[in-house]
Amino acid sequence: MKASGLRGRGGAGFPTGLKWSFMPKQSDGRPHYLVINGDESEPGTCKDREVLRHEPHKLIESALIASFAMGAHAAYIYVRGEFFNEAAHLQSAVDEAYAAGLIGKNASGSGWDFDFFIHRGAGAYICGEETALLESLEGKKGQPRMKPPFPAGAGLYGCPTTVNNVESIAVTSTILRRGAAWFAGLGRPNNAGSKLMAISGHVNTPCVFEEELGVPLKEIIEKHGGGVRGGWDNLLAVIPGGCSVPVLPKSVCETVLMDYDSLRAERSGLGTGCMIVMDKSTDIIEAIARFSRFFKHESCGQCTPCREGTGWMMRMMDRMVQGRAELDEIDLLEQVTRQVEGHTICALGDAAAWPIQADPPFPAGNGRTHPPL
Amino acid sequence: MTTQQTPQEQPDTFVFDSASEAEIGTVLAKYPAERKASAVMPLLYIAQRQMGRETGSAWVPVAAMDDIARRLEMAAIRVYEVASFYTMFNTKPVGRYHLQVCTTTPCWLRGSDDVVTACKRATGISGFGETSADGQFTLTQVECLGACSNAPILQVDDDFYEDMDGPRTVALIEALRRGERPPAGPTINRCGSAPEGGRKTLMDAVHSIAENK
Repeated sequence: MKASGLRGRGGAGFPTGLKWSFMPKQSDGRPHYLVINGDESEPGTCKDREVLRHEPHKLIESALIASFAMGAHAAYIYVRGEFFNEAAHLQSAVDEAYAAGLIGKNASGSGWDFDFFIHRGAGAYICGEETALLESLEGKKGQPRMKPPFPAGAGLYGCPTTVNNVESIAVTSTILRRGAAWFAGLGRPNNAGSKLMAISGHVNTPCVFEEELGVPLKEIIEKHGGGVRGGWDNLLAVIPGGCSVPVLPKSVCETVLMDYDSLRAERSGLGTGCMIVMDKSTDIIEAIARFSRFFKHESCGQCTPCREGTGWMMRMMDRMVQGRAELDEIDLLEQVTRQVEGHTICALGDAAAWPIQADPPFPAGNGRTHPPL
Repeated sequence: MTTQQTPQEQPDTFVFDSASEAEIGTVLAKYPAERKASAVMPLLYIAQRQMGRETGSAWVPVAAMDDIARRLEMAAIRVYEVASFYTMFNTKPVGRYHLQVCTTTPCWLRGSDDVVTACKRATGISGFGETSADGQFTLTQVECLGACSNAPILQVDDDFYEDMDGPRTVALIEALRRGERPPAGPTINRCGSAPEGGRKTLMDAVHSIAENK
Protein backbone atom coordinates (compact mmCIF):
# COMPACT_ATOMS: atom_id res chain seq x y z
CA MET A 1 0.00 0.00 0.00
CA LYS A 2 2.90 2.33 0.74
CA ALA A 3 4.40 1.65 -2.66
CA SER A 4 1.13 2.49 -4.39
CA GLY A 5 1.39 6.09 -3.18
CA LEU A 6 -2.30 6.16 -2.25
CA ARG A 7 -3.18 9.26 -0.29
CA GLY A 8 -6.30 9.38 1.85
CA ARG A 9 -9.36 10.13 -0.22
CA GLY A 10 -11.39 11.79 2.53
CA GLY A 11 -9.87 15.25 2.17
CA ALA A 12 -6.64 15.50 4.13
CA GLY A 13 -4.57 13.43 1.70
CA PHE A 14 -2.50 11.60 4.32
CA PRO A 15 -0.67 8.55 2.87
CA THR A 16 -2.87 5.55 3.57
CA GLY A 17 -0.11 2.94 3.79
CA LEU A 18 1.75 5.06 6.32
CA LYS A 19 -1.41 5.46 8.39
CA TRP A 20 -1.88 1.70 8.52
CA SER A 21 1.73 1.27 9.68
CA PHE A 22 0.97 3.28 12.84
CA MET A 23 -1.07 0.35 14.14
CA PRO A 24 0.76 -1.76 16.73
CA LYS A 25 2.45 -4.73 15.07
CA GLN A 26 1.71 -7.00 18.04
CA SER A 27 -1.53 -6.83 19.95
CA ASP A 28 -1.16 -6.06 23.65
CA GLY A 29 -4.39 -7.92 24.30
CA ARG A 30 -6.68 -5.14 23.13
CA PRO A 31 -8.51 -5.83 19.89
CA HIS A 32 -7.69 -3.75 16.81
CA TYR A 33 -10.41 -2.05 14.81
CA LEU A 34 -10.80 -0.76 11.30
CA VAL A 35 -13.35 2.05 11.11
CA ILE A 36 -14.51 3.21 7.70
CA ASN A 37 -15.66 6.78 7.44
CA GLY A 38 -18.78 6.93 5.31
CA ASP A 39 -20.14 10.08 6.90
CA GLU A 40 -19.93 11.93 3.63
CA SER A 41 -21.37 15.37 4.35
CA GLU A 42 -18.99 17.97 2.98
CA PRO A 43 -21.06 20.22 0.69
CA GLY A 44 -20.29 19.32 -2.91
CA THR A 45 -19.18 15.81 -2.03
CA CYS A 46 -21.17 12.82 -3.23
CA LYS A 47 -18.60 10.23 -4.28
CA ASP A 48 -18.67 7.62 -1.50
CA ARG A 49 -22.38 7.25 -2.03
CA GLU A 50 -21.59 5.62 -5.39
CA VAL A 51 -19.31 3.05 -3.77
CA LEU A 52 -21.93 2.26 -1.13
CA ARG A 53 -24.78 1.77 -3.54
CA HIS A 54 -23.04 0.41 -6.64
CA GLU A 55 -19.89 -1.38 -5.46
CA PRO A 56 -20.47 -2.57 -1.89
CA HIS A 57 -18.79 -5.94 -2.54
CA LYS A 58 -15.55 -4.23 -3.46
CA LEU A 59 -15.70 -2.26 -0.23
CA ILE A 60 -16.25 -5.38 1.88
CA GLU A 61 -13.43 -7.28 0.17
CA SER A 62 -11.09 -4.35 0.66
CA ALA A 63 -12.12 -4.01 4.30
CA LEU A 64 -11.20 -7.66 4.86
CA ILE A 65 -7.77 -7.13 3.29
CA ALA A 66 -7.12 -3.91 5.21
CA SER A 67 -8.25 -5.46 8.48
CA PHE A 68 -5.94 -8.41 8.00
CA ALA A 69 -3.06 -6.01 7.31
CA MET A 70 -3.62 -4.15 10.55
CA GLY A 71 -4.56 -7.11 12.73
CA ALA A 72 -8.22 -6.21 13.09
CA HIS A 73 -10.96 -8.78 13.39
CA ALA A 74 -13.78 -6.29 13.15
CA ALA A 75 -14.55 -3.35 10.90
CA TYR A 76 -17.24 -0.79 11.52
CA ILE A 77 -18.48 1.44 8.76
CA TYR A 78 -20.13 4.68 9.81
CA VAL A 79 -22.59 5.61 7.09
CA ARG A 80 -24.27 9.00 7.28
CA GLY A 81 -27.84 8.71 8.48
CA GLU A 82 -29.43 10.24 5.40
CA PHE A 83 -27.99 7.40 3.28
CA PHE A 84 -30.71 5.03 4.44
CA ASN A 85 -31.10 3.26 1.11
CA GLU A 86 -27.35 3.15 0.53
CA ALA A 87 -26.84 1.54 3.96
CA ALA A 88 -29.56 -0.97 3.09
CA HIS A 89 -27.75 -1.84 -0.17
CA LEU A 90 -24.53 -2.32 1.73
CA GLN A 91 -26.29 -4.47 4.33
CA SER A 92 -27.59 -6.84 1.67
CA ALA A 93 -24.06 -7.15 0.27
CA VAL A 94 -22.76 -7.87 3.79
CA ASP A 95 -25.43 -10.54 4.25
CA GLU A 96 -24.44 -12.12 0.93
CA ALA A 97 -20.77 -12.11 1.92
CA TYR A 98 -21.55 -13.80 5.26
CA ALA A 99 -23.74 -16.40 3.53
CA ALA A 100 -20.96 -17.18 1.07
CA GLY A 101 -18.37 -17.54 3.85
CA LEU A 102 -16.35 -14.66 2.46
CA ILE A 103 -16.48 -12.87 5.79
CA GLY A 104 -17.25 -14.12 9.30
CA LYS A 105 -15.42 -16.99 10.98
CA ASN A 106 -12.49 -18.17 8.82
CA ALA A 107 -13.20 -15.52 6.21
CA SER A 108 -12.73 -16.83 2.67
CA GLY A 109 -10.99 -19.90 4.13
CA SER A 110 -8.05 -17.75 5.20
CA GLY A 111 -8.11 -18.72 8.87
CA TRP A 112 -8.78 -15.06 9.71
CA ASP A 113 -12.00 -14.18 11.54
CA PHE A 114 -13.53 -10.98 10.29
CA ASP A 115 -16.79 -9.20 11.05
CA PHE A 116 -18.18 -6.22 9.18
CA PHE A 117 -20.76 -4.02 10.88
CA ILE A 118 -22.75 -1.05 9.63
CA HIS A 119 -23.44 1.83 12.00
CA ARG A 120 -25.68 4.64 10.78
CA GLY A 121 -25.10 8.23 11.77
CA ALA A 122 -27.94 10.65 12.32
CA GLY A 123 -27.31 13.90 10.55
CA ALA A 124 -24.19 15.38 12.12
CA TYR A 125 -21.50 16.63 9.70
CA ILE A 126 -18.98 16.75 12.52
CA CYS A 127 -19.00 12.95 12.74
CA GLY A 128 -16.89 12.94 9.58
CA GLU A 129 -14.05 14.10 11.83
CA GLU A 130 -12.41 10.85 12.87
CA THR A 131 -12.45 11.26 16.64
CA ALA A 132 -16.01 12.65 16.63
CA LEU A 133 -16.94 9.61 14.58
CA LEU A 134 -15.45 7.33 17.23
CA GLU A 135 -17.33 9.18 19.98
CA SER A 136 -20.53 8.77 18.01
CA LEU A 137 -19.83 5.08 17.45
CA GLU A 138 -19.42 4.70 21.20
CA GLY A 139 -22.91 6.09 21.69
CA LYS A 140 -22.11 9.68 22.61
CA LYS A 141 -22.56 13.10 21.11
CA GLY A 142 -20.20 13.52 18.16
CA GLN A 143 -17.73 15.92 19.72
CA PRO A 144 -14.09 15.59 18.63
CA ARG A 145 -11.42 14.39 21.04
CA MET A 146 -8.10 16.04 21.72
CA LYS A 147 -5.18 14.42 19.91
CA PRO A 148 -2.91 12.82 21.08
CA PRO A 149 -3.67 10.08 21.81
CA PHE A 150 -4.19 9.29 18.15
CA PRO A 151 -6.68 6.58 17.18
CA ALA A 152 -3.87 4.16 16.30
CA GLY A 153 -2.94 4.19 20.00
CA ALA A 154 -6.35 4.63 21.60
CA GLY A 155 -9.32 4.86 19.28
CA LEU A 156 -12.61 3.00 19.36
CA TYR A 157 -13.29 1.75 22.92
CA GLY A 158 -9.73 2.80 23.78
CA CYS A 159 -8.30 0.21 21.38
CA PRO A 160 -5.93 0.70 18.43
CA THR A 161 -8.02 1.92 15.53
CA THR A 162 -7.49 3.13 12.00
CA VAL A 163 -10.10 5.39 10.45
CA ASN A 164 -10.13 5.53 6.65
CA ASN A 165 -12.42 7.08 4.07
CA VAL A 166 -14.72 4.74 2.12
CA GLU A 167 -12.88 5.39 -1.14
CA SER A 168 -9.41 4.84 0.39
CA ILE A 169 -10.52 1.41 1.56
CA ALA A 170 -12.53 0.52 -1.55
CA VAL A 171 -9.57 1.03 -3.87
CA THR A 172 -7.37 -1.35 -1.83
CA SER A 173 -8.49 -4.56 -3.49
CA THR A 174 -7.86 -3.12 -6.96
CA ILE A 175 -4.38 -1.92 -5.95
CA LEU A 176 -3.46 -5.35 -4.63
CA ARG A 177 -4.91 -7.13 -7.66
CA ARG A 178 -3.24 -4.93 -10.26
CA GLY A 179 -0.12 -4.09 -8.26
CA ALA A 180 1.22 -1.01 -6.54
CA ALA A 181 3.27 -0.06 -9.60
CA TRP A 182 0.14 0.11 -11.74
CA PHE A 183 -1.54 2.50 -9.32
CA ALA A 184 1.60 4.58 -8.82
CA GLY A 185 1.91 4.83 -12.61
CA LEU A 186 -1.32 6.81 -12.80
CA GLY A 187 -1.28 10.50 -12.04
CA ARG A 188 1.85 12.40 -11.12
CA PRO A 189 4.57 11.72 -8.53
CA ASN A 190 3.22 12.17 -5.00
CA ASN A 191 -0.27 12.42 -6.53
CA ALA A 192 -0.74 8.84 -7.65
CA GLY A 193 -3.72 6.95 -8.86
CA SER A 194 -7.25 7.53 -9.91
CA LYS A 195 -9.88 9.28 -7.85
CA LEU A 196 -13.62 9.47 -7.65
CA MET A 197 -14.64 13.02 -8.38
CA ALA A 198 -17.90 14.85 -8.75
CA ILE A 199 -19.10 18.02 -10.42
CA SER A 200 -22.02 20.01 -9.10
CA GLY A 201 -23.32 23.49 -9.70
CA HIS A 202 -23.48 25.40 -12.95
CA VAL A 203 -22.38 22.82 -15.50
CA ASN A 204 -24.51 21.24 -18.20
CA THR A 205 -24.29 17.68 -16.89
CA PRO A 206 -23.36 17.37 -13.22
CA CYS A 207 -22.16 13.86 -12.45
CA VAL A 208 -19.85 11.59 -10.46
CA PHE A 209 -16.95 9.91 -12.26
CA GLU A 210 -13.53 8.36 -11.77
CA GLU A 211 -10.57 10.16 -13.27
CA GLU A 212 -6.79 10.03 -13.09
CA LEU A 213 -5.22 12.62 -10.79
CA GLY A 214 -3.35 15.43 -12.51
CA VAL A 215 -5.84 16.02 -15.32
CA PRO A 216 -6.47 19.73 -15.98
CA LEU A 217 -9.50 21.05 -14.16
CA LYS A 218 -10.76 22.69 -17.34
CA GLU A 219 -10.62 19.39 -19.24
CA ILE A 220 -12.59 17.66 -16.49
CA ILE A 221 -15.31 20.31 -16.60
CA GLU A 222 -15.56 20.03 -20.38
CA LYS A 223 -15.37 16.24 -20.59
CA HIS A 224 -17.48 15.12 -17.64
CA GLY A 225 -19.48 18.19 -16.76
CA GLY A 226 -20.44 18.93 -20.34
CA GLY A 227 -18.96 22.40 -20.00
CA VAL A 228 -19.93 25.40 -17.94
CA ARG A 229 -23.51 26.54 -18.37
CA GLY A 230 -23.41 29.29 -21.00
CA GLY A 231 -19.85 28.45 -22.09
CA TRP A 232 -16.42 28.61 -20.48
CA ASP A 233 -16.36 32.41 -20.55
CA ASN A 234 -19.41 32.41 -18.29
CA LEU A 235 -17.37 30.78 -15.51
CA LEU A 236 -16.96 32.79 -12.32
CA ALA A 237 -15.17 30.44 -9.95
CA VAL A 238 -14.73 26.83 -8.88
CA ILE A 239 -14.48 25.37 -5.40
CA PRO A 240 -12.37 22.32 -6.20
CA GLY A 241 -12.83 19.96 -3.28
CA GLY A 242 -15.80 20.49 -1.04
CA CYS A 243 -16.63 23.70 0.76
CA SER A 244 -13.68 23.59 3.16
CA VAL A 245 -11.15 24.50 0.46
CA PRO A 246 -10.71 28.04 -0.85
CA VAL A 247 -12.41 29.11 -4.06
CA LEU A 248 -10.43 29.31 -7.33
CA PRO A 249 -11.06 32.24 -9.68
CA LYS A 250 -11.48 31.59 -13.40
CA SER A 251 -7.93 32.66 -14.21
CA VAL A 252 -6.55 29.82 -12.10
CA CYS A 253 -9.13 27.34 -13.42
CA GLU A 254 -7.73 27.80 -16.93
CA THR A 255 -4.53 25.96 -16.15
CA VAL A 256 -4.60 24.23 -12.77
CA LEU A 257 -4.29 20.45 -12.58
CA MET A 258 -6.67 18.45 -10.44
CA ASP A 259 -4.43 16.90 -7.80
CA TYR A 260 -3.19 17.51 -4.27
CA ASP A 261 0.02 19.42 -4.94
CA SER A 262 -1.15 21.54 -7.92
CA LEU A 263 -4.14 22.84 -5.98
CA ARG A 264 -2.04 23.33 -2.87
CA ALA A 265 0.29 25.51 -4.93
CA GLU A 266 -2.71 27.68 -5.79
CA ARG A 267 -3.52 28.01 -2.06
CA SER A 268 -6.52 25.78 -2.38
CA GLY A 269 -6.72 22.02 -2.03
CA LEU A 270 -8.00 18.83 -3.62
CA GLY A 271 -10.06 18.10 -0.52
CA THR A 272 -12.58 15.44 -1.46
CA GLY A 273 -12.08 16.02 -5.18
CA CYS A 274 -15.68 17.07 -5.65
CA MET A 275 -15.93 20.46 -7.30
CA ILE A 276 -18.63 23.11 -7.17
CA VAL A 277 -18.80 25.23 -10.31
CA MET A 278 -20.29 28.72 -10.25
CA ASP A 279 -21.11 30.80 -13.29
CA LYS A 280 -21.32 34.56 -13.55
CA SER A 281 -24.94 34.68 -12.43
CA THR A 282 -23.81 33.60 -8.95
CA ASP A 283 -23.87 35.99 -6.02
CA ILE A 284 -20.61 34.74 -4.53
CA ILE A 285 -21.33 36.45 -1.21
CA GLU A 286 -24.54 34.48 -0.85
CA ALA A 287 -22.79 31.28 -1.91
CA ILE A 288 -20.28 31.75 0.90
CA ALA A 289 -23.01 32.88 3.30
CA ARG A 290 -24.77 29.56 2.78
CA PHE A 291 -21.55 27.78 3.74
CA SER A 292 -21.41 29.95 6.85
CA ARG A 293 -24.92 28.87 7.75
CA PHE A 294 -23.92 25.27 7.14
CA PHE A 295 -20.98 25.54 9.54
CA LYS A 296 -23.06 27.34 12.14
CA HIS A 297 -25.60 24.53 11.94
CA GLU A 298 -22.97 21.81 12.10
CA SER A 299 -20.68 23.17 14.82
CA CYS A 300 -20.80 20.64 17.65
CA GLY A 301 -20.71 23.35 20.32
CA GLN A 302 -17.70 22.02 22.18
CA CYS A 303 -15.17 24.83 21.62
CA THR A 304 -16.32 28.38 22.33
CA PRO A 305 -14.54 30.10 19.38
CA CYS A 306 -16.31 27.81 16.90
CA ARG A 307 -19.70 27.63 18.65
CA GLU A 308 -19.95 31.41 18.95
CA GLY A 309 -17.79 32.36 15.98
CA THR A 310 -19.75 30.38 13.40
CA GLY A 311 -22.90 32.20 14.51
CA TRP A 312 -21.12 35.54 14.21
CA MET A 313 -19.83 34.68 10.77
CA MET A 314 -23.25 33.56 9.59
CA ARG A 315 -25.03 36.68 10.84
CA MET A 316 -22.41 39.03 9.40
CA MET A 317 -22.42 37.25 6.05
CA ASP A 318 -26.22 37.46 6.01
CA ARG A 319 -26.01 41.20 6.58
CA MET A 320 -23.70 41.47 3.58
CA VAL A 321 -26.07 39.43 1.44
CA GLN A 322 -28.91 41.72 2.40
CA GLY A 323 -26.80 44.84 1.86
CA ARG A 324 -27.20 45.95 5.46
CA ALA A 325 -23.52 45.77 6.37
CA GLU A 326 -21.27 48.75 6.94
CA LEU A 327 -17.97 48.84 5.10
CA ASP A 328 -15.88 48.38 8.25
CA GLU A 329 -17.69 45.13 9.00
CA ILE A 330 -15.52 43.52 6.35
CA ASP A 331 -12.51 44.02 8.60
CA LEU A 332 -14.48 42.98 11.67
CA LEU A 333 -15.60 39.79 9.95
CA GLU A 334 -12.04 39.01 9.00
CA GLN A 335 -10.97 39.47 12.62
CA VAL A 336 -13.66 37.05 13.70
CA THR A 337 -12.41 34.43 11.26
CA ARG A 338 -8.86 34.85 12.58
CA GLN A 339 -10.08 34.31 16.12
CA VAL A 340 -11.80 31.08 15.19
CA GLU A 341 -9.09 29.71 12.91
CA GLY A 342 -6.57 27.56 14.77
CA HIS A 343 -8.30 27.90 18.12
CA THR A 344 -10.46 24.81 18.09
CA ILE A 345 -9.96 21.11 18.79
CA CYS A 346 -10.87 19.99 15.29
CA ALA A 347 -10.63 21.56 11.85
CA LEU A 348 -14.29 22.58 11.57
CA GLY A 349 -13.48 26.02 12.92
CA ASP A 350 -10.76 26.43 10.27
CA ALA A 351 -13.07 25.12 7.58
CA ALA A 352 -15.70 27.69 8.57
CA ALA A 353 -13.17 30.52 8.48
CA TRP A 354 -11.41 29.72 5.20
CA PRO A 355 -14.22 30.17 2.67
CA ILE A 356 -14.83 33.66 4.08
CA GLN A 357 -11.14 34.57 4.04
CA ALA A 358 -10.89 33.46 0.43
CA ASP A 359 -13.89 35.58 -0.44
CA PRO A 360 -13.29 38.58 -2.74
CA PRO A 361 -13.58 41.24 0.01
CA PHE A 362 -10.41 39.78 1.51
CA PRO A 363 -7.69 40.04 -1.12
CA ALA A 364 -4.89 39.70 1.42
CA GLY A 365 -4.32 38.72 5.00
CA ASN A 366 -2.06 36.74 7.31
CA GLY A 367 0.65 36.41 4.71
CA ARG A 368 -1.79 34.80 2.31
CA THR A 369 -2.95 36.42 -0.83
CA HIS A 370 -5.77 35.51 -3.06
CA PRO A 371 -6.22 36.61 -6.63
CA PRO A 372 -9.31 38.73 -7.19
CA LEU A 373 -12.20 37.08 -8.97
CA MET B 1 -25.07 24.16 16.60
CA THR B 2 -28.66 23.05 16.74
CA THR B 3 -30.89 22.59 19.70
CA GLN B 4 -33.97 20.45 19.72
CA GLN B 5 -36.65 20.80 22.30
CA THR B 6 -39.10 18.26 23.57
CA PRO B 7 -42.79 19.17 23.70
CA GLN B 8 -44.75 19.29 26.93
CA GLU B 9 -47.24 16.69 25.81
CA GLN B 10 -45.61 13.28 25.88
CA PRO B 11 -47.07 9.78 25.89
CA ASP B 12 -46.82 8.21 29.37
CA THR B 13 -45.44 4.93 28.15
CA PHE B 14 -43.61 3.43 25.24
CA VAL B 15 -43.27 -0.31 24.65
CA PHE B 16 -41.14 -1.78 21.86
CA ASP B 17 -43.28 -4.10 19.73
CA SER B 18 -42.14 -7.54 18.56
CA ALA B 19 -40.81 -6.27 15.22
CA SER B 20 -38.69 -3.71 17.04
CA GLU B 21 -37.51 -6.28 19.59
CA ALA B 22 -36.22 -8.48 16.76
CA GLU B 23 -34.30 -5.54 15.31
CA ILE B 24 -32.87 -4.67 18.71
CA GLY B 25 -31.48 -8.18 19.00
CA THR B 26 -29.62 -7.81 15.69
CA VAL B 27 -28.30 -4.40 16.68
CA LEU B 28 -26.98 -5.43 20.09
CA ALA B 29 -25.02 -8.30 18.51
CA LYS B 30 -22.90 -5.79 16.58
CA TYR B 31 -21.17 -4.32 19.61
CA PRO B 32 -19.08 -5.86 22.42
CA ALA B 33 -21.36 -6.81 25.34
CA GLU B 34 -19.72 -4.30 27.69
CA ARG B 35 -20.13 -1.53 25.08
CA LYS B 36 -23.89 -1.59 24.80
CA ALA B 37 -24.07 2.21 24.75
CA SER B 38 -22.96 2.06 21.11
CA ALA B 39 -26.47 0.87 20.30
CA VAL B 40 -28.12 4.08 21.45
CA MET B 41 -28.43 5.60 17.98
CA PRO B 42 -29.79 2.44 16.31
CA LEU B 43 -32.31 2.02 19.15
CA LEU B 44 -33.48 5.61 18.83
CA TYR B 45 -34.05 4.94 15.13
CA ILE B 46 -36.00 1.79 15.92
CA ALA B 47 -38.21 3.69 18.37
CA GLN B 48 -38.76 6.47 15.84
CA ARG B 49 -39.77 4.00 13.11
CA GLN B 50 -42.13 2.20 15.45
CA MET B 51 -43.81 5.51 16.30
CA GLY B 52 -44.14 6.09 12.57
CA ARG B 53 -45.83 2.71 12.14
CA GLU B 54 -48.12 3.12 15.11
CA THR B 55 -49.12 6.77 14.96
CA GLY B 56 -48.11 7.96 11.50
CA SER B 57 -45.68 10.41 13.06
CA ALA B 58 -42.08 9.22 13.29
CA TRP B 59 -40.67 10.80 16.43
CA VAL B 60 -39.03 9.69 19.68
CA PRO B 61 -40.95 10.39 22.90
CA VAL B 62 -39.10 10.76 26.19
CA ALA B 63 -40.64 7.50 27.44
CA ALA B 64 -38.81 5.66 24.64
CA MET B 65 -35.53 7.37 25.55
CA ASP B 66 -36.00 6.27 29.16
CA ASP B 67 -36.60 2.69 28.09
CA ILE B 68 -33.49 2.78 25.89
CA ALA B 69 -31.45 4.13 28.82
CA ARG B 70 -32.60 1.21 30.99
CA ARG B 71 -31.81 -1.37 28.33
CA LEU B 72 -28.37 0.01 27.59
CA GLU B 73 -27.58 0.72 31.25
CA MET B 74 -26.96 4.37 30.52
CA ALA B 75 -27.97 7.44 32.47
CA ALA B 76 -31.16 8.82 30.93
CA ILE B 77 -29.50 12.19 30.30
CA ARG B 78 -26.92 10.48 28.05
CA VAL B 79 -29.73 9.26 25.83
CA TYR B 80 -31.46 12.66 25.88
CA GLU B 81 -28.30 14.42 24.80
CA VAL B 82 -27.73 12.01 21.93
CA ALA B 83 -31.36 12.39 20.82
CA SER B 84 -31.13 16.18 20.87
CA PHE B 85 -27.63 16.42 19.33
CA TYR B 86 -28.38 14.53 16.13
CA THR B 87 -30.83 16.25 13.84
CA MET B 88 -32.35 13.10 12.39
CA PHE B 89 -34.03 12.16 15.64
CA ASN B 90 -37.32 13.99 15.83
CA THR B 91 -37.94 14.90 19.43
CA LYS B 92 -41.37 16.26 18.61
CA PRO B 93 -44.14 14.93 16.36
CA VAL B 94 -43.80 15.40 12.60
CA GLY B 95 -46.22 14.99 9.72
CA ARG B 96 -46.80 11.67 7.97
CA TYR B 97 -44.43 12.84 5.23
CA HIS B 98 -41.27 14.59 6.35
CA LEU B 99 -40.12 16.92 3.56
CA GLN B 100 -36.46 17.74 4.02
CA VAL B 101 -35.15 20.22 1.51
CA CYS B 102 -31.46 20.89 1.16
CA THR B 103 -30.56 24.57 0.81
CA THR B 104 -26.76 24.40 1.06
CA THR B 105 -24.74 26.04 -1.73
CA PRO B 106 -24.61 23.19 -4.32
CA CYS B 107 -28.39 22.74 -4.14
CA TRP B 108 -28.97 26.49 -3.99
CA LEU B 109 -26.91 26.99 -7.17
CA ARG B 110 -29.24 24.58 -8.97
CA GLY B 111 -32.46 26.10 -7.74
CA SER B 112 -33.33 24.88 -4.26
CA ASP B 113 -35.18 28.15 -3.65
CA ASP B 114 -37.76 27.03 -6.22
CA VAL B 115 -38.12 23.70 -4.43
CA VAL B 116 -38.68 25.46 -1.11
CA THR B 117 -41.30 27.76 -2.65
CA ALA B 118 -43.05 24.82 -4.30
CA CYS B 119 -43.09 22.86 -1.02
CA LYS B 120 -44.67 25.77 0.78
CA ARG B 121 -47.23 26.38 -1.95
CA ALA B 122 -48.25 22.74 -2.31
CA THR B 123 -48.56 22.08 1.41
CA GLY B 124 -49.71 25.44 2.73
CA ILE B 125 -46.80 25.54 5.17
CA SER B 126 -45.46 29.05 5.75
CA GLY B 127 -42.09 28.37 7.36
CA PHE B 128 -39.45 25.74 8.06
CA GLY B 129 -40.16 23.43 10.97
CA GLU B 130 -43.91 23.71 10.57
CA THR B 131 -46.47 21.01 9.93
CA SER B 132 -49.34 21.45 7.48
CA ALA B 133 -52.82 21.98 8.87
CA ASP B 134 -53.91 18.47 7.86
CA GLY B 135 -50.92 16.93 9.67
CA GLN B 136 -49.68 15.30 6.45
CA PHE B 137 -46.47 17.24 5.83
CA THR B 138 -43.65 18.71 7.89
CA LEU B 139 -41.15 20.93 6.07
CA THR B 140 -37.59 20.98 7.35
CA GLN B 141 -34.57 22.84 6.03
CA VAL B 142 -31.57 20.53 6.07
CA GLU B 143 -27.91 21.01 5.31
CA CYS B 144 -25.99 19.16 2.60
CA LEU B 145 -27.45 15.71 1.91
CA GLY B 146 -24.37 14.43 0.07
CA ALA B 147 -25.89 14.01 -3.38
CA CYS B 148 -24.75 17.31 -4.87
CA SER B 149 -24.34 16.05 -8.43
CA ASN B 150 -28.08 15.41 -8.34
CA ALA B 151 -28.96 18.79 -6.85
CA PRO B 152 -31.41 20.03 -5.83
CA ILE B 153 -32.55 17.28 -3.50
CA LEU B 154 -35.84 16.88 -1.70
CA GLN B 155 -35.68 14.08 0.87
CA VAL B 156 -39.04 12.59 1.78
CA ASP B 157 -38.64 10.42 4.89
CA ASP B 158 -35.77 8.11 3.83
CA ASP B 159 -35.91 8.67 0.07
CA PHE B 160 -33.97 11.18 -2.02
CA TYR B 161 -35.87 12.79 -4.89
CA GLU B 162 -33.14 14.24 -7.08
CA ASP B 163 -32.72 16.85 -9.82
CA MET B 164 -35.88 18.56 -8.63
CA ASP B 165 -37.47 21.77 -9.77
CA GLY B 166 -40.61 23.64 -8.78
CA PRO B 167 -43.22 21.85 -10.94
CA ARG B 168 -41.85 18.37 -10.20
CA THR B 169 -41.87 19.18 -6.49
CA VAL B 170 -45.55 20.13 -6.65
CA ALA B 171 -46.30 16.94 -8.63
CA LEU B 172 -44.47 14.82 -6.07
CA ILE B 173 -46.33 16.35 -3.13
CA GLU B 174 -49.66 15.88 -4.90
CA ALA B 175 -48.80 12.22 -5.55
CA LEU B 176 -47.93 11.73 -1.87
CA ARG B 177 -51.22 13.31 -0.92
CA ARG B 178 -53.01 10.76 -3.10
CA GLY B 179 -51.20 8.00 -1.19
CA GLU B 180 -48.80 7.20 -4.01
CA ARG B 181 -45.08 6.81 -3.52
CA PRO B 182 -43.20 7.67 -6.71
CA PRO B 183 -39.86 5.86 -7.12
CA ALA B 184 -36.96 7.68 -5.47
CA GLY B 185 -33.92 8.87 -7.38
CA PRO B 186 -33.41 11.26 -10.29
CA THR B 187 -36.52 12.88 -11.73
CA ILE B 188 -34.86 13.58 -15.09
CA ASN B 189 -33.40 11.36 -17.80
CA ARG B 190 -30.37 9.98 -16.02
CA CYS B 191 -29.30 6.90 -14.13
CA GLY B 192 -28.08 7.59 -10.60
CA SER B 193 -25.35 10.17 -10.77
CA ALA B 194 -24.34 9.45 -14.38
CA PRO B 195 -24.62 12.46 -16.71
CA GLU B 196 -28.04 13.38 -18.00
CA GLY B 197 -28.79 11.59 -21.24
CA GLY B 198 -26.30 8.76 -20.76
CA ARG B 199 -22.64 8.38 -20.00
CA LYS B 200 -19.85 10.09 -21.89
CA THR B 201 -16.86 7.91 -21.08
CA LEU B 202 -15.92 4.22 -21.39
CA MET B 203 -17.96 4.01 -24.58
CA ASP B 204 -16.03 1.08 -26.12
CA ALA B 205 -17.50 -2.38 -26.60
CA VAL B 206 -16.20 -3.83 -23.33
CA HIS B 207 -18.08 -1.31 -21.27
CA SER B 208 -21.18 -0.88 -23.36
CA ILE B 209 -22.60 -4.17 -22.00
CA ALA B 210 -23.79 -2.46 -18.87
CA GLU B 211 -25.50 0.37 -20.71
CA ASN B 212 -26.63 2.85 -18.19
CA LYS B 213 -30.30 3.15 -18.84
